[in-house]
Amino acid sequence: MKPYLAIFRLRFINGLQYRSAALAGMATQFAWGFMEILAFAAFYKANPAAFPMEFSHTVSYIWLQQAFLALFMVWFFEGEIFDSITTGNIAYELARPIDLYGRWFSQTAANRVAKAVLRSLPILLVAALVPAPYRLSLPPAAGQFILFLISVLLSLGVVVSFSMLIYITTVYTLSAAGGRLIAAALADFLAGAIIPLPFFPQPFRAIAEVLPFAAMQNMPLRIYSGNIAGRAALWGIGIQIFWLAVLTLFGRVMMKKALGKVVVQGG
Amino acid sequence: MRLYLKFVAMHLQSQMQYKISFFLLALGQFLVSFTALLGVSFMFTRFNAVDGFRFPEVLLCLATVLMAFSLAELFGRGFDHFPRIIRSGELDRMLVRPRPLVPQVLASLIEFSRLGRLVQAILVFCYAIPASGIHWTWDKALTLCLMVLCGSIVFFSLFVIYAAFSFFTIEGLEFMNVFTDGGREFGRYPYSIYGREVLRFFTYVIPLALFQYYPLLYLLGRRTSILYMLMPLLALPFAIPAYAFWRYGLSKYNSTGS
Amino acid sequence: MIHLEGINKTFRVARRKSGFGRALQALFSREYELIHALQDVSFSISQGEMVGYIGPNGAGKSTTIKIMCGILRPDSGVCNIDGRTPWQDRIDHVRNIGVVFGQRSQLWWDVPVGDSFDLIRDIYKIDARRYKRNLEELVALLDLEEILKTPTRTLSLGQRMRCELVASLLHSPKILFLDEPTIGLDAVSKIAVRQFIKDLNSRRGTTVILTTHDMQDIEALTERILLIGKGRILMDGSLEELKKRSSWRKTITFEYLGPQPALDAGMTLREARPGRIVVYLEPEVCSAAEAIAHISRQVEVKDVSVAGISAEEMVAGLYREYDI
Repeated sequence: MKPYLAIFRLRFINGLQYRSAALAGMATQFAWGFMEILAFAAFYKANPAAFPMEFSHTVSYIWLQQAFLALFMVWFFEGEIFDSITTGNIAYELARPIDLYGRWFSQTAANRVAKAVLRSLPILLVAALVPAPYRLSLPPAAGQFILFLISVLLSLGVVVSFSMLIYITTVYTLSAAGGRLIAAALADFLAGAIIPLPFFPQPFRAIAEVLPFAAMQNMPLRIYSGNIAGRAALWGIGIQIFWLAVLTLFGRVMMKKALGKVVVQGG
Repeated sequence: MRLYLKFVAMHLQSQMQYKISFFLLALGQFLVSFTALLGVSFMFTRFNAVDGFRFPEVLLCLATVLMAFSLAELFGRGFDHFPRIIRSGELDRMLVRPRPLVPQVLASLIEFSRLGRLVQAILVFCYAIPASGIHWTWDKALTLCLMVLCGSIVFFSLFVIYAAFSFFTIEGLEFMNVFTDGGREFGRYPYSIYGREVLRFFTYVIPLALFQYYPLLYLLGRRTSILYMLMPLLALPFAIPAYAFWRYGLSKYNSTGS
Repeated sequence: MIHLEGINKTFRVARRKSGFGRALQALFSREYELIHALQDVSFSISQGEMVGYIGPNGAGKSTTIKIMCGILRPDSGVCNIDGRTPWQDRIDHVRNIGVVFGQRSQLWWDVPVGDSFDLIRDIYKIDARRYKRNLEELVALLDLEEILKTPTRTLSLGQRMRCELVASLLHSPKILFLDEPTIGLDAVSKIAVRQFIKDLNSRRGTTVILTTHDMQDIEALTERILLIGKGRILMDGSLEELKKRSSWRKTITFEYLGPQPALDAGMTLREARPGRIVVYLEPEVCSAAEAIAHISRQVEVKDVSVAGISAEEMVAGLYREYDI
């Protein structure tokens, strides 16, 4: 555990060093979230009856999405890991006495958490202060908030274990930029990054709900506001655990095979 | 110009060395925009109109902005990529070449995979131009051309401003994304749907609405004044402060080298 | 040809701190420090000279080079190169200079080297006849015929550096700036590059200014050395002068049987192992013959070798002397 904490601490300090980057990032995400909300507001005004979520739920969804962007978006990859694969430095990694899957997993997760912790609070604070219809509301109950926190962690796990699959495929293709872009675009769309899943028309919505991507940001962002509540929330968390287990297991198996290949190639 | 074409040929030759990765990248670029398009069309399965604009009308708007952006990106990617040009020392190399700097930056990077976006813009136009129900006359065709061309100059100017900022800070640059990538993403809907204040901002400060919302009204026949048709031209002076800012940044680079 | 007088340059750098609390602090306030990169730097170089510009990392070498290339503008001072001020007439100035940055390439990675050369021809508007003549001459000198059609990425480091040299010389510049041209090269390539630079200087009379950490470059190439440290020119003279100055230092290595012998006046111990010592001599006090006699009186000497110190050590000595 200790080396992982060290990685996290290092990243966090690194993030603090670049204060204008942090400020600019916050301002960007805030402005972005605000524009998204205004767009949804326009649709709501056009026909409130056709709106599939409560408006305030949608608003909370977007604020939280922007505040925790670094936790949820598949496209935040670790450049370092890709580099170590394409330059062949992975051979050195293999020589270290630490499980590589665990190392990459925790490095990716630590980086995301460090980034999100630094940026989320100010965004949430401001979002809680803007005028009424656009304000971030509190979760309906304390229990719901706890479910949200659990779901956030699981969703981070699912996102990271999905990224792991992409790192591992890089071992085979060596030029991953295109594949990375495609995978991230599809995954993020199906996770509800562009519009929340309730806005998907049938049968797309039904299909998206059973894919692993629905276990990413879709779940915690909807649990927070109570859009998914009670039994459904518990069930949702169960699904997240299921996908986390499947993706991690699959990733470990793939990694074993891929590393065999690296060793055969001699790095 | 001949030299620029030569650079284009060199870039093409380099990028064609890795055909598979080139096509994957182009496909990726296409998909990134395609998911945005999909989001819009999903919304319109529920709603008939937003702020009085129907689906094909919004698509016309989306295609205009997407095409303007991808043209700017195709030719001006060097500016969009400028922080790395500074860091890698390539700017120093450019400064020891006996040529003006701006064309050198333009020629320094041309990513053909970005054509993925352009292709999508063209496809959407192919659908939206007939579907919008507009009676196309020469003046409307001209308006559409003006929208795309002036739009790409506005986006290009935004890239130049971004590059100018990178002379001063690498860290704070992220904010410019609100206007570049954000301008593209939010421009898929007419800027009026975001409310009056936002529209004002994108009219007087960053003139994105001048080539998007106002001339769109002319296209759709909701305004008939020729002023609305020529509105995109009013956005062009935006390039002047952008260039001046860049020159200022460059003179700062000359005195600090970082 | 090149004339610098009273050049000053100061940078303001934000100080980054280590540690968690400090980093948090830096979020709100930040300290800056002024770095005097160059202070009153003056020198002149005439046409056809080859000058070695040496100094430790961060001494101001690359700042000076950047000023002479027109990339940087100094805070004050005069820089006149071939009648022009580099940062004022950038385009006219750079037509006459060639620059090789040892660690950065100007060749296109995925494209045959010959195509990169053709592009440079167009950038510099070199007329066809002159280009052809130059290219043939350079390619023959550096033995590059076979690789003109191969992409840069497949070249060895040595081949690449030779191509970089060609690329910087196609427009027949009057002045060539070389920033660490032999860094990372194998012995054979180093010798080839040095020989080429020498030839170029004697054939075309090109003025060459060379920064390097490799003292063999200096020994092989330059008659004149400029030493810079902490932003000031500390020494400007020939390699010979430098050698004379430090001639008091000779080393003698003894291999012997028996216990470690005692040293006489004028001898300083540099290293000692059982059965072997290396000694510095001060010739004014103690000659090599006297030293050998002194040691052989005490122990049975098996082998002796006498050497002047290498340029490497000389420069290290200079750095020590000037405390840079």
